[in-house]
Amino acid sequence: MSSTPSFRLTGAEVRRGGRTLWTGLDLDVAPGEFVTVLGPNGSGKTTLLSVLLGLLPLAAGTCEVGGHAPRRGNATVGYVPQHTNVDPLTPLRGRDLVGLGLDGHRFGPALRGRAERARKVREALLQVDALDLADDPVGALSGGEQQRLRIAQALVGDPGLLLADEPLHSLDLARQRTVVDLLERRRREHDTAVVLVTHELNPVLPVTDRVLYLVDGQFRIGTPDEVMTSETLSELYRTEVDVVRIRDRIVVVGAEDRLVHTGGGP
Amino acid sequence: MSTVDLLSLDFVRNALIAGVVLAVLSGLLGPVVVGRGMAFSVHGTAELAFAGGAGALLVFGTDAVGWGALVGAVLVALLFGALGRAQRERDSVIGVLLSFGLGLGVLFQSLYTGRSANKFGLLVGQIVGVDVGDVLTLAIVGVVVLGVFAVVRRPLLFASLDPEVAAARGVPVRALSIVFAVLLGVTVALGVQIVGALLVLCLLITPAAAAAQVTASPTLASVLAVVFAEVAVIGGIVASLDAGLPISPFVASIAFAIYVGCRALGALRTRRRATRATIMAG
Repeated sequence: MSSTPSFRLTGAEVRRGGRTLWTGLDLDVAPGEFVTVLGPNGSGKTTLLSVLLGLLPLAAGTCEVGGHAPRRGNATVGYVPQHTNVDPLTPLRGRDLVGLGLDGHRFGPALRGRAERARKVREALLQVDALDLADDPVGALSGGEQQRLRIAQALVGDPGLLLADEPLHSLDLARQRTVVDLLERRRREHDTAVVLVTHELNPVLPVTDRVLYLVDGQFRIGTPDEVMTSETLSELYRTEVDVVRIRDRIVVVGAEDRLVHTGGGP
Repeated sequence: MSTVDLLSLDFVRNALIAGVVLAVLSGLLGPVVVGRGMAFSVHGTAELAFAGGAGALLVFGTDAVGWGALVGAVLVALLFGALGRAQRERDSVIGVLLSFGLGLGVLFQSLYTGRSANKFGLLVGQIVGVDVGDVLTLAIVGVVVLGVFAVVRRPLLFASLDPEVAAARGVPVRALSIVFAVLLGVTVALGVQIVGALLVLCLLITPAAAAAQVTASPTLASVLAVVFAEVAVIGGIVASLDAGLPISPFVASIAFAIYVGCRALGALRTRRRATRATIMAG
C-alpha cells in the first residue's frame, strides 16, 4: 500500500433533509484499490460520491481527497454519473462528450492547444476501445457505448480517483464485463483508485478489493469474504438474511424488498 | 415600386440590419434552447414580452415598446430559469404565466387608442417601425449578447447536457442558467419587435432543430442554425415587401421548408448509417 491514501474519511457523518444517512465512517482507500459500495436505495451510496466530489459538505468528521479537502473541479477525480440516455437529436459526437471532461468547465472559446486536446481525447477513447465512436452522434449509440464514452470522459483528465455511480445499470452481461474489464485495466495500469456504487456485486466481485455495505445508517467495510456473510448482512438488515455462494457468485436471500442483489452477473 | 426600389429605402435597410442581428443571436442561442428543452419557455417568454411591450405602448407610447418588451421578457426568463428541471411543474408554471401574459397584452391593446398598426406589430411582426436609433441599440445589444455567449458557451453546453458532472467539474450550473435566461430574454424581446411574439419560436427553435437533423457536430450545428435563421429572416423581409403582407408568414414558411428539407436529409443519413452498421455486423 502506498503511503498517501487516494482519499481518507475519518468519523464522517452525512445528513440530508434533516436525516442522518451514516455516521462514524472511517475509510482509507489506497491508490489502485477497487472499492464497491453496496446497499439499498436511500442508504447514502451516491451521497458518498457527492462528498468526495466536493458537492456536499460533511456534517461531522473529515474528508481528504489526495491529501486536501474535497473541492469541486478537482481534476484528479473522475466521475461517471448514473446513466441517462442522451437525446437522439443532441448535436454531440463521441469526441465532443469526452472533450467536455477536459475543458467543459472552462470559460471562453478554445483557441489554443487544439492538437494537444485532440490527442488526449483520442487517448481516452483508446482506453475504453471506443475510437470508432469518435464521430458518431452520441444519442444514436447504445447504452453500453454511451457508458464507455462517459468513462472515457471521466478518464480524459487522467484522474487518480475514479467514482462511478451504477455504471453497469441496464447493460447486458457482455457489456457489463466490458465495462468492468476496462475499469480493472485502468486501476492496474494507472494505479487509479476506483469507487463503484452498484446494486449488483457479482459482475464486479472478481475485481473488488473491499466492500462498503451501507444499510440504514449502519455499515460494514471489508473484503467481499468478510462482509458478504449471512451473519454480517443479517446484522445490517436486522432480519434473517442468507448469503449463499454458488460457484463464483454470491446470492443474497431475504430482505428482498430492500435490495436487488440477484439478476446480476453470471 | 419594385422590390429593388423598396430595398433602397432607409426603413427597409434598417429592418434588414435588425433582421440580420436577430438571426445571428437566434441561430446561436437556438441549439442551447433545444438542448435544454426550453421551447415552451421561449414561447412563454415571448408572450410576456408582448404583454410588456403592449403595456409600455399604452402607458408611455411607441418609443417605450422596446423597453417594455425587454423588461417583460427578461423578468419572466429569469423566473423560468429559476424553475427546477422537473419538466411537469415547469410546463404548468410556464402555461399559467403564458396565458396570463397573453391576456394582459390583449387588454393593453384594447385600451390603446393610437394607430392600429402599432397594435398588431408585437404579435405578428412589423418592420416599418425600425429606425436608425433602434438599429444602433440592436447592434449594441447584439454585440453584448454575442460576447457573453462566446464566453459561457462551452460550460453552458456541459451544464445543459450533464448538470451533475458539470457541477462536479466546477461549472457554476445555477449561475449559468440565470445568465442564459437573461441572454434569452433579451433575444426574445428583440425578436418580438421584429417577427412578433407568435413567431419568435420559428427563429429560436426551427433553425436549431433543422440543423440537429443534419449534423452531430455542435459547432457545425450552431453555424447551420445561424445560416438557416438568416435565410428565413432576410428571405421573409424581402418576400413580405414584394407581397405587401406582414413578414411573419414568410419567415415561418421559409423556416418550416428548411426544417422539412433537413428532416428528409436526416432520415437519409440515418438509413445510410443503419445500412453500414448492418454490413459491418454481417
